[in-house]
Amino acid sequence: MDFQLTEDQEALQEGIRSFCEGRVPADRLPDLEAKGGFDRGLWGELAEMGVFSLRRPEAEGGVGLGCADAVLVFAELGRRLVPGPLVWSHLAAGLLEGAAGGAVVVGGIDCTADSDGPLLLEHLAHLDALLVLRTDGAFRVDPRAVAAEPVAVPLDPLTPLHHAAALPGGERVADAAAAARLRLEGATLAAAQLLGLAEGSQQLATAYAKQREQFGRPIGEFQAMKHLLADAFVRQELARAAVYAAGAILDDPSAGEPVRAVAAAKLTAGEAALRNSRTCIQVHGGMGYTWEVPAHLYLKRTWVLENGFGTGGEHAHRVADLLG
Amino acid sequence: MDLRDSQAEARFREELRAWLAEAVPAHGPPPPAHDWPARRAYDTGWQRKLFDAGYAGMSWPAEYGGRDATPNEQLIYSEETARAGAPYVGVNFVGTLHGGPTLIAEGTPEQKQRHLARILRGEEVWCQGFSEPSAGSDLASLKTAAVREGDHYVVSGHKIWCSFAQVADFGELLVRTDPEAPKHKGISWLILPMDAPGIEIRPLPTLAGEGEFSEVFLDAVRVPVENRVGEENDGWRVTNVTLRFERGTAFAGELVLLQRNLAELVDLAKQRGRWADPALREDVGHMAAEIDALWAMVKLSVCRASRTGMPGLEASAIKLHYSELYQRMTELGLRVLGRAALSREDVGGLPSGRFLAEGLKSLNSSIAAGTSQIQRNIVAERILGLPREPRR
Ligand SMILES: Cc1cc2nc3c(=O)[nH]c(=O)nc-3n(C[C@H](O)[C@H](O)[C@H](O)COP(=O)(O)OP(=O)(O)OC[C@H]3O[C@@H](n4cnc5c(N)ncnc54)[C@H](O)[C@@H]3O)c2cc1C
Repeated sequence: MDFQLTEDQEALQEGIRSFCEGRVPADRLPDLEAKGGFDRGLWGELAEMGVFSLRRPEAEGGVGLGCADAVLVFAELGRRLVPGPLVWSHLAAGLLEGAAGGAVVVGGIDCTADSDGPLLLEHLAHLDALLVLRTDGAFRVDPRAVAAEPVAVPLDPLTPLHHAAALPGGERVADAAAAARLRLEGATLAAAQLLGLAEGSQQLATAYAKQREQFGRPIGEFQAMKHLLADAFVRQELARAAVYAAGAILDDPSAGEPVRAVAAAKLTAGEAALRNSRTCIQVHGGMGYTWEVPAHLYLKRTWVLENGFGTGGEHAHRVADLLG
Repeated sequence: MDLRDSQAEARFREELRAWLAEAVPAHGPPPPAHDWPARRAYDTGWQRKLFDAGYAGMSWPAEYGGRDATPNEQLIYSEETARAGAPYVGVNFVGTLHGGPTLIAEGTPEQKQRHLARILRGEEVWCQGFSEPSAGSDLASLKTAAVREGDHYVVSGHKIWCSFAQVADFGELLVRTDPEAPKHKGISWLILPMDAPGIEIRPLPTLAGEGEFSEVFLDAVRVPVENRVGEENDGWRVTNVTLRFERGTAFAGELVLLQRNLAELVDLAKQRGRWADPALREDVGHMAAEIDALWAMVKLSVCRASRTGMPGLEASAIKLHYSELYQRMTELGLRVLGRAALSREDVGGLPSGRFLAEGLKSLNSSIAAGTSQIQRNIVAERILGLPREPRR
């Protein structure tokens, strides 16, 4: 057992980290917000970085890596609040022509998990294809053929939504078993983004606690703040371990039980992101309640990802089903 | 990121499993909790068997009779012994897991010669005399005084919470050798022979009604100077060596026990006709997933330690989540028991004895070996780098 990042993985993580730092700094988020949460130029750059082709074989122009590598990349994308249908385009890379290279922007919806409530589609207006996961397979749907109304004010300003009454059947591009696998991969990559959100919000809060002073000392010296942040760190590290393990087990199912490992990842990462972004708001005091400080963006993105590929509650039930 | 056993690890696991499959049933059931002489005999008897089979002192260097196992092998050892229901380390805890390792790191050749082999063979039991009534979390404020008289220290003071003191041969004793120096600078670490004149041991019943720990009163107890580990007044540094071993424990065994507790909880829910309750299923599924996540966290930490050669600070993060989860889980068990949880013996065909034993025991996991508040301070100050609070 060597459950550590390899040197190659550290390099991959460093590469995507410096890309995000340079191309999606915090002060670019308002600009992306003005563009409705999507920028084709940025999308092309993400494709060039291999975000979508990461797990395609090298012979097909991909990077030839596995899920254990992909989670590192998606955690960084999450930490930097990079918007767009990232997981879906990544999942579609092997299924739909053009997705891997970024020319075809693919979004999607998992109808087996997210069937609760109205049919809300993310980023619909930016999509060239919509991937729909159903119990009997994965289907390609033409986004222009979907009758849908834009949602006037989406919760996450960087994740535009459309409300549809129903979805066309579409063309089947993968069978039931492959769709089940896509669901597990999607949940794991969403969990990786949530891990990044948990870490990003913790880091933002910790930095503020070191710098903001009240009563003549940094607020980070107060135990009430310290303990909030320590708990945030613990949740983040628990989620990290679960997400890395899910990636490794998807690549090699002899190392564990994939459904259980993915459930642990989605559930712990969702909880970490949710609670850490709330902590981030609390630590910022009044500033945390403003639009200006990005604390709210972590919480809002978390809510989007928590409600995709199965909520924590749904995953807990999947584990309970395995227990007998 | 490879989660599978290497070939050598798989072989180690297989051999250990085969040995445990015979040795555990042969050792018989543990004696009743209150029968301390029998418990000592049971635990040390098991230690002797481990020694004869080559599994004693997993982390100890070979030159002191240990196995010199890799951190991964130590993890496998904790996992497999817990899975096989092997006797818990019990009265051998302090000797094998921190007294012994402290002597290996800091002891004189004579001290090593005198104690190490005996600890490994289960011939010598140790206890820990660190905490005092007024020095708990703030351990360095301890007051037990040691005054030098020729080649002896004369020690007087009051220790508390000493687990297994009533059956111990030796104690790790922290004393103040320089009352004038700043609190961290006047401490020494002594090996206390528990049969020395002037020692009185008074068991202190736990909230479970068990005599697990004791108060130890020391009245002019004479301890030879040659029993000092490390230099005089350098005891705080030695203590940190000791505590690093204590905090370095991998938690793997504890997690196997949590898994077992959860399986018993599912059985109980079925027995009570509650396993169809969606809210309960969600809670149980959630906890099972958290155990898996903690497992992965332990593995990350062990692999990191084997790369750096040092148990990392993330042990504090693991302990924090472990104790919180353990307590949540036992509480859920008691809720599933319903009114049967009012009896500490099985009642109405329900296993309330076992569930209450766990429910009460879990309460100490956020107190012993550094409280959860202290662990949070460690995470916040040493990992996140938040400013230290003013200390006196
Ligand atoms: C089952 C068990 C076995 C034990 N075995 C041994 C043993 O064998 N040998 C031995 O020497 N000791 C032993 N201990 C003692 C154990 O290490 C202490 O109980 C522990 O360190 C806490 O000290 P205390 O009990 O004095 O509590 P205190 O330090 O008085 O703490 C009381 C409360 O104050 C909080 N607190 C204290 N300081 C701070 C701070 N700076 N910030 C925030 N909150 C704070 C604590 O978190 C706690 O909630 C054992 C304890 C238990 C429960």
